[in-house]
Amino acid sequence: MSEPIAIQAPQPSSTGSSRIGTAGFAIGIAIVGLVVVAAVIGNALVPQDPFIQDLGNRLKPPFWMEGSQAGHLLGTDQLGRDYLARLVYGARISLLIGIMTVITSGVIGITLGVLGGFFGGRVDDVVLFAITTRLSIPVVLVALAVVGLMGSGLGLVVATLGLLLWDRFAVVARATTMQVRNHDYVSAAWCAGASTSHILIKEILPNIASHLAVVATLEMALAILLEAALSFLGLGVPPPLPSWGLMIAEGKDYMFFSPWVIMIPGVALAVLVLGINLVGDGLRNLLGAERLR
Amino acid sequence: MGRQFGDTVAFAWPARECGGALVGPGVLVMLRLIARRLAIGVLVAFTVMTLAFLLTRLSGDLAISIAGPSATQADVEIVRKAYGLDRPLYVQFFAWTGRAMVGDFGQSYFFKDSVANLIQKRLPITLTLGLVGLSLALVISIPLGILAALRENTWIDRSVTLFTMVGQAVPSFWLALILMIVLGLQLGVLPISGTGTWQHFVMPGIVLAFTAIPALTRLTRSGMIEAMASDYIRTARAKGLSRARIIFKHALRNAAIPVVSIAAVQLGFMLGGSIVIETVFALHGVGYLGWESIAKNDFPVVQAVVLVLAVFYIGLTLLADILNALLDPRLRTG
Repeated sequence: MSEPIAIQAPQPSSTGSSRIGTAGFAIGIAIVGLVVVAAVIGNALVPQDPFIQDLGNRLKPPFWMEGSQAGHLLGTDQLGRDYLARLVYGARISLLIGIMTVITSGVIGITLGVLGGFFGGRVDDVVLFAITTRLSIPVVLVALAVVGLMGSGLGLVVATLGLLLWDRFAVVARATTMQVRNHDYVSAAWCAGASTSHILIKEILPNIASHLAVVATLEMALAILLEAALSFLGLGVPPPLPSWGLMIAEGKDYMFFSPWVIMIPGVALAVLVLGINLVGDGLRNLLGAERLR
Repeated sequence: MGRQFGDTVAFAWPARECGGALVGPGVLVMLRLIARRLAIGVLVAFTVMTLAFLLTRLSGDLAISIAGPSATQADVEIVRKAYGLDRPLYVQFFAWTGRAMVGDFGQSYFFKDSVANLIQKRLPITLTLGLVGLSLALVISIPLGILAALRENTWIDRSVTLFTMVGQAVPSFWLALILMIVLGLQLGVLPISGTGTWQHFVMPGIVLAFTAIPALTRLTRSGMIEAMASDYIRTARAKGLSRARIIFKHALRNAAIPVVSIAAVQLGFMLGGSIVIETVFALHGVGYLGWESIAKNDFPVVQAVVLVLAVFYIGLTLLADILNALLDPRLRTG
């Protein structure tokens, strides 16, 4: 007979080790830090208002191109609104969606995963079934349908994504809980007469937290990309809120003549997501969390 | 405690060190494994079906949505009767699921055609796109992954890693627009949108491939690194086999197992995710149909598209599990 448990144990090998290294981690933190600062105090620093239209000043190019205006560092959009002010405001939306989604999906996924991994048996079967079902649901389509049916809005997007993106949390929480469950300190807590909830919250959770932190960064990046995609398709954050995805959608009609209208928010999105992923990669190396997916 | 049904390819994959020969009562074990996975697949499909049905009732009163904003109370009542929405919810549910089991998804409200017909017409386009995307992804990511593994911790390896990270960060719809500007407008080599010819599948295929390349490249890389460090490779080296033979005959064969099975699962994800890409390129596949139907409150179509995409995913993961079991006898014990 083969030994399935041995097969499943993640091997400490070079496969999960640092490849981009600490430099990548530093760059990631710098990027995320910059975006956070922009989101928090950016609109106080940028003199223009992200919502005020100026139809006489439509589609002015950014500062490095000919015909740019001193007052609009990144130019203006199709309604003459300042692009830098909108970009900075959009950072707030992306981060907010990312963080709120991670909290919602984290609570769902970690609860399911820890319960399944700890109790095993029937409980685990149910959890695995839930994960399998969730994975077979086409996320973008269902998210679009929910927003399409219930009307767009920030809160609804967060709730929808949170209810859809918990699978990786559950998978990792389950696998790591299974590893931790048999450690001596858990047995010791049992013997000391600790309650199940005490063991789950005080013994198991802190010991799988590092793995979950890595998952949180991945999910945050995914949530930000998905929100952008939903907003791009017109069923996410409603206008005139400047979500980066919505900015790309609005700029789409002008992209052949003024490509920068989609370049600027697109690059911002890619850089933020890259930054978050670099932080996640760095955390993984720092905390020694094995790759589980 | 053996591997359970949920332990599909989404989970950590072990290195494989023994050969691929079938062992002992393998066939019987295999059949049992397939039967169990199939049963679970059916159960998952039924759950998704229920969720898809509930999803379309989220908006509250369907009849009002269908009748439109200018409809009077009397119009709404007529719609309610005509579409059978006056029946109790559970009656509607069983009527729908009962007919959906035999492939009858009802009539589209908007297209004036049966939903089954609509999907049948659009499905080949989505499947073509998915296969083009997957093939491109494999052709790019497997060589890249091997290259990175053989040059582990050199600048080549780091560039490949950086490439996968950037690939993961770039939004697919944005990449689509950039390709439209560069390939469609500036170079003028490919059509910007539409469904007519094979050229229409090139750009969407590239974009779709990009959604799978990061994961597949990393998987190939780590599989190759593990394989190259294993005992049987050391043995092969000691026997004096050529480097090319070691890499392609011995290491790659073992590294390829998780890649093959993940590729099947990736295809399932790609079919589900193609909605964004199909919409950007106005490629009239199932995803685009789903988007149109959501915009037009065409609920029977939305329900059916969700279900069809889910069933494809379930089927492909089942296929992945079977492939895995076939390729790796150690997983055949169920």
